[in-house]
Amino acid sequence: MALLEIKNMRVEFPGRHGTFTAVEDVSLDVNEGEIVGLVGESGAGKSTIGNAILKLLQAPGRLAAGEVWLKGERIDQLSDHEMLNVRGKRISMIFQDPMTSLNPIETIEYQLVETILTHLDISEAEATRRAIDLLDQVGIPNPAERIKQYPHQFSGGMRQRVVIALALSVEPELIIADEPTTALDVTIQAQILDLIKELCRSRNLGVILVTHDMGVIAETADRVAVMLRGKLIELGPTQQVINAPQELYTQSLIAAVPPSNKKIDRFPKVATEDSEGSALQNFDLSGHWLVRGDTYSTGGKSLLEVKGLKKRFQVTNAILARNRTYIDAINDISFDVQAGETFGLVGESGSGKSTVARVITGIYPATGGTMRFAEHDLTSAESRAEKQKVRRDIQMIFQDPYSSLNGRMRIGSIVAEPIVVNKLAGSTEERKEVVADLLELVGLGKDAARKYPHEFSGGQRQRISIARALATRPRFLICDEPTSALDVSIQAQILNLLKDLQDQLKLTLLFISHDLPVIRQMCDRVGVMRHGDLVEVAETEMLFETPQHSYTQALIGEMPKFAK
Amino acid sequence: MIYSILKRAVQSVFVLLLVGLVAFSMFRFVGDPVDNLLGQERTEADIERVRQELGLNDPFVVQYWDFLSNAARGDMGVSFRQGRPAMEVILERVPATLELALVSATFAMTLGILLGIYTAIHRKSWISNAILAISLIGVSLPTFLIGIFLIYIFAVELGWLPSFGRGDVVDFGWWSTGLLTWTGLKSLILPAFTLGLYQLTLIMRLVRSEMSEVLKQDYIRFARARGLSERAINFRHAVKNTLIPVVTVAGLQIGSIIAFAIITETVFQWPGIGLLFINSIQFVDIPIMASYLMLISVMFVVINFAVDLLYLAIDPRLRDGKGA
Repeated sequence: MALLEIKNMRVEFPGRHGTFTAVEDVSLDVNEGEIVGLVGESGAGKSTIGNAILKLLQAPGRLAAGEVWLKGERIDQLSDHEMLNVRGKRISMIFQDPMTSLNPIETIEYQLVETILTHLDISEAEATRRAIDLLDQVGIPNPAERIKQYPHQFSGGMRQRVVIALALSVEPELIIADEPTTALDVTIQAQILDLIKELCRSRNLGVILVTHDMGVIAETADRVAVMLRGKLIELGPTQQVINAPQELYTQSLIAAVPPSNKKIDRFPKVATEDSEGSALQNFDLSGHWLVRGDTYSTGGKSLLEVKGLKKRFQVTNAILARNRTYIDAINDISFDVQAGETFGLVGESGSGKSTVARVITGIYPATGGTMRFAEHDLTSAESRAEKQKVRRDIQMIFQDPYSSLNGRMRIGSIVAEPIVVNKLAGSTEERKEVVADLLELVGLGKDAARKYPHEFSGGQRQRISIARALATRPRFLICDEPTSALDVSIQAQILNLLKDLQDQLKLTLLFISHDLPVIRQMCDRVGVMRHGDLVEVAETEMLFETPQHSYTQALIGEMPKFAK
Repeated sequence: MIYSILKRAVQSVFVLLLVGLVAFSMFRFVGDPVDNLLGQERTEADIERVRQELGLNDPFVVQYWDFLSNAARGDMGVSFRQGRPAMEVILERVPATLELALVSATFAMTLGILLGIYTAIHRKSWISNAILAISLIGVSLPTFLIGIFLIYIFAVELGWLPSFGRGDVVDFGWWSTGLLTWTGLKSLILPAFTLGLYQLTLIMRLVRSEMSEVLKQDYIRFARARGLSERAINFRHAVKNTLIPVVTVAGLQIGSIIAFAIITETVFQWPGIGLLFINSIQFVDIPIMASYLMLISVMFVVINFAVDLLYLAIDPRLRDGKGA
């Protein structure tokens, strides 16, 4: 008998404009000691299944049909009160973001002991002992001391361990892990996945691992279920699904994952995606507004030259200088970027890679060092007009397409704004024409100009960001994690678009990412950052094949291997 | 942390100096107290004598310096009307206002927080909707109208409660309290309700929206997934997180309850500092007005300071010197 059996599950969200079916006719079972991966893109309904099992669906969502059996006991018909004995006690959940899944104003001890006492009839002292023991088991050093601390005193990886300890606190039979490592760095991700695997084996737990990341599935799951628009389309042993996928969608989903072991020219498209191909092929750019404007002669030198760059942030304020504390976000780094190339910066969170981008664009002033862009010195004080010109030539695309566009402006105005500010168009007609062309160029079509950002998906918004960045006719584009908030199929489209634009417009790119396979596909040369230092700079292929620095070796070693 | 407390203290001193300047400039530019003090049958000599006594003939800078150094010692000058030290006159009235403010703040906070929590948890119930609809009245009707309305119903028509004054008071040293007598308590009900109604609705709406926001957080979902009861989730996890932003607003509101007591005190003829202030304006009794201004600003500064400290007590994230 399987540990958990889901039979013909159907989840509906009734709304004003008809009922939306999030999960349709899904049957799935999980055995003891088995990790079942649930994979799919955003909106596929994979998280909804987890919430439906525990009856935690957000109103007005409801389980419209189907049955859920836990060890031969039907649990989908239990009352809310009876469910309290299932949640946490028999089935636990781990959420995606460890930064937000713990109550920030209570100690770890409080939250653990509270959970234990809710389910077990033991004394408080015993519960505390058990809590310390749990922290020890999930690999938190000095558990007796750290248990007294608050969530903000733990790092992301350590917090996720605390979350796992909470989920394990009453020895559940099944754990639903909803994107448990998505918010974590690659080295931490490997540790957390190992911990989940180890716990699954040693305690004979069943695990449902919900993720969008094929690499995570390949490394962790025993069996994998692929979801598309609420339906389960393929189910089988992990190796079989990855090496010989039956469904077209699965095949293209796997193909869209940037391979970590070789460089390919373009990313394949996912079969079912709503086609938004780049319009570049039928776009003649010769003599167009976009390629007019000043050109630089770099005189054989590099386009951007960074020497001994430093950036220091003050963390705490104090009256006495010696009591003030600082963080050196960038610690004396030097590199240069040649015209027309893509230079990658890779590193884990907190390594200072985004700070580099912000210092180059002038969002943060540099603490020390020099930066030269073409013939301009970016660090020395120059005239306002000259600064404006450099800013126009260096543009940036941000990570989060949801917060980087003003929700109260139409797309047309958003894209036109840089043109207006820099007085780049002769007349209103020319400006409108340029905006229409830009939107056409990034594959959205000129009708998009009249709409507002909320009418677009994440990938489309990132296209808008790109159009906006191009509106100043930049020579140098800084992309700060441009695809890390996007699904893999959308990521492939955006990366293809960036490559095409680079070819057509002779752009130079500084590409920042934590994702090694993406870096390998996009960049000509790569710099590896760690704790504010640039530990290694090399040609991309050299870096991946023969990494020199021990940290680079570790980073590449931890990257989920995804053999096809 | 010591840094931020000191920074606060320095800021507070600046605020007080600025209010002091405003208070002082009233002496120079608002009306002429001599007219009120001496009445119709005065001679030029009388006027000159009084001006000399009150120091009104000294140069501006000397007067300002005198004002500041006296104010620092708590000496705000002599009331033009009563001929007694202004601070003494004000302090006599302080207990009445503070008791009124305290009772109405307690009323507003308790009921506001409770109703806010209720309406946040039961968002869609008809009781919540009714509470919210009624609360609109509290926000939109002016205080004096509510006061007059209440007097009409409970004092004039029903005759249950007194319409003005403080009732009997008991003295403890310089503090006189109305909380220990039956008439004192009865007199407190209407003004306290009137004064607190606006704050009540404000706090309720604030708590409701903050708590709705907190209930959407991941740690609440995670708490639910761990099998904690709704009771534990709502009252142990959600409420405490809700109260962090509420503390700031509530703190400022206590300040404004004291300051805005003027209208309520006038309507109910409550013998507090607000009523004293209004009467002083009629007589251009500038020392009283200046002392009132100073006293209110000191209270605001102290309350703000206390709120900052309270923040540190509630939110462990601020204790490590991050933020703040």
